[in-house]
Amino acid sequence: MRICKVLGPLWAAAKHPMYAGKKLLVVQPIDETGTPIGASYVAVDSVQAGTGDTVIVMTEGTGVRQILKLGDQVPIRSLVVGIVDAVEADAR
Amino acid sequence: MYLGIVQGTVVAERKATGLEGTKLLLVLPVDDKGAATGDVQVAVDTVQAGVGDLVYLVGSREAALALDPWFVPVDAAIVGIVDGVDTPGSLRP
Repeated sequence: MRICKVLGPLWAAAKHPMYAGKKLLVVQPIDETGTPIGASYVAVDSVQAGTGDTVIVMTEGTGVRQILKLGDQVPIRSLVVGIVDAVEADAR
Repeated sequence: MYLGIVQGTVVAERKATGLEGTKLLLVLPVDDKGAATGDVQVAVDTVQAGVGDLVYLVGSREAALALDPWFVPVDAAIVGIVDGVDTPGSLRP
């Protein structure tokens, strides 16, 4: 999983049927100090996350399918699975 | 999943079994500000996207799961056409 910052929601009317009713968020991966690392991407929300939240994003399809319980043919790869309250890390 | 901008179409008459009838598009992966995040790639379209559309794609094994039957050799699939992104300084579709 990766720590990410939620940048905001994304709307799409035309989408694959498996995305029906799913809330999509644009997330920016960050390190433990909050510094952005890499490019932003799109994730499905499962924890009612909002803009500005620090979240945990899983980017592995098999785990996503186990959580969503929508069957074996779910073309979803990134899922917000937690809202981070605090990160403690030793100074480097 | 990641954002992309459709830049063109790819026509291939001879394709691997399972890919018959699929529409192939040329997509530039971008971030929420429209900056390219990688090289132009070929993706299967599942939502009737067109050139110039801002779309989102799913990659790797899950790309094949967007198709029916799903056991097909693809590693990028367009699964939505973006109508709006509400992020600071985001691009408009």
